[in-house]
Amino acid sequence: MPGTQLLMTFPVTATSHTLADYVARDGYATLRRALATMKPEEITREVTASGLLGHGGAAFPAGRKWGVVHLNDHQPHYLCANADEGEPGTFKDRWILEHAPHLLLESMLLASYALQVRNAFVYIRGEFDLPYRRLAAAVEEAYAAGYFGANIMGSEFSCDVVIYRGAGSYVCGEASGLLSSIEGKRGYPRNRPPRLTVQGLFKRPTVVNNVETLANIAGIVARGADAYKKVGTAKCPGTQLVSISGHIAKPGVYEVEYGYPMAKFLFEDCGGMLPGMKLKCIVPGGISTKVLTAAEVAPLTFDHQSFAAAGSSLGSGGMIAIAEGTCMVRLLQVMLRFYHHESCGQCTPCREGMGWMHRIIDRIVAGQGQPEDIDSLVRISRLQDGMTICGMGDAAGYATIGILDKYRGEFEHWIREKRSLLEGNLEGAVHA
Amino acid sequence: MKHLIPEFEKLKARFPAGFESSLVLPCVRRIQEDRGFVADADIDGLVEYLGVPRIQIEEVLSYYTQFRRAAIGRWHLQACRNVTCSMRSAERLIDHLSRRLGVAPGQTTPDGMFTLSTAECLGSCGTAPVVMVNDTYHENMSIEKLDRLLEELKRA
Repeated sequence: MPGTQLLMTFPVTATSHTLADYVARDGYATLRRALATMKPEEITREVTASGLLGHGGAAFPAGRKWGVVHLNDHQPHYLCANADEGEPGTFKDRWILEHAPHLLLESMLLASYALQVRNAFVYIRGEFDLPYRRLAAAVEEAYAAGYFGANIMGSEFSCDVVIYRGAGSYVCGEASGLLSSIEGKRGYPRNRPPRLTVQGLFKRPTVVNNVETLANIAGIVARGADAYKKVGTAKCPGTQLVSISGHIAKPGVYEVEYGYPMAKFLFEDCGGMLPGMKLKCIVPGGISTKVLTAAEVAPLTFDHQSFAAAGSSLGSGGMIAIAEGTCMVRLLQVMLRFYHHESCGQCTPCREGMGWMHRIIDRIVAGQGQPEDIDSLVRISRLQDGMTICGMGDAAGYATIGILDKYRGEFEHWIREKRSLLEGNLEGAVHA
Repeated sequence: MKHLIPEFEKLKARFPAGFESSLVLPCVRRIQEDRGFVADADIDGLVEYLGVPRIQIEEVLSYYTQFRRAAIGRWHLQACRNVTCSMRSAERLIDHLSRRLGVAPGQTTPDGMFTLSTAECLGSCGTAPVVMVNDTYHENMSIEKLDRLLEELKRA
């Protein structure tokens, strides 16, 4: 195991996701204690002191987000768990939804108590089937046991939860796009300010937290901020779920303690590359983070500071290991096709820019590229950076510039020779 | 859609008061499960039931990729072709599916049995490549597994 585990602390069995098993693991005991002995502000104080970072991709401190909500402003507050997991390479929240749905629900109840939320939501991507069924069953179990509804556990606190299913839109994973979707509209992101914690769902203060961020709340309230801070590094406390895929021997979801050596994680915990393959580079945290070559990633430790110093980011924890022999031109083509497909069309730089970049890369792959195409891709990426309502314009640019910076030669070769240096291969090369 | 209104009422009870607008997506999803697609009459019915502007429903229908206005085949095969799936042979899988079914992605077989689509990341990269059949994920797919699956679906 890559370090201390805070979430993946129990063996997964046929029943480990059920209420009975969760209660046997002391589930809902923290909620009972908190409702009886803690004030809402004390929970927020504990979460702030823990240094818990958002695990959706931006790593914004959860306590600071919560701190914006005024408890006595005489208006409804809302909480939304973001389960619209859609950043390519990312499938870690699925683990929580499928195997620890009650941990998420208990944590949401604690957060709702802290933020004085009467109505909470889980926004789950529309394609997720088993995760939805598991979560829906858990919600029904929790209602039947009296953990949701009026006067929970005999306290003054009442809370309801609704699972809201998306319908196939990447942009709805962006917090304000998500709220537009819950309002029953197109998932258009909104300009800030106002922040969502000031004007969110139906213009009321709303906290949107990633599923994994929320799932850590029960543990932090149970064991205290100091215990949480003992895990990880001084600047980067706790753990992060990593979903690793690609040409790796043991793909899957791992909980990695911050500060853990990357080489050890990749080559021991994940079993290294597929037989006969060698690591070329990794996408560290979803395709919107810049790729790191094998040489760049080997000396890193798993924490935000280490990855930032290397010019990239841990993002959503969606790691993709890419083997030597993989054509980076074709890989970027797949990425740009995705961004073009998912642009919501609200902002001109993204709506036009994504299509433009996609057409350029298609042209290169068709053997009709021009030498200036590479600079055009860089220029369009820069044009989008910071010029759109949500971060998608920036994200496509990071992905593009990341690959062009390190593998420009492959693009030049395809344009000059009208064919791939690596035969357009995406499946990696096996060395004898 | 009128026969679904009792179900919609139950759904509404879980939402806070004044959230009628939020019911657009869940109602559309339920209608589509029931009919297979969303018909003009369904939009008329929802406008009347929820009291939301017609344009809101039309916008939702045209925005979200999972919603459709026309019938498709009995089995909807959605093959993911995003980064990890492509790295784990999705492109060969999609070519194979296309040849076996005799249709290009986006088309339905003439007997109305299969509709083939491509998808951009289904959030199942650890078990790539993935093909979704109606609501169910089929993970770690291969050409052999796909052939077996097609035979099963034809008999089902």
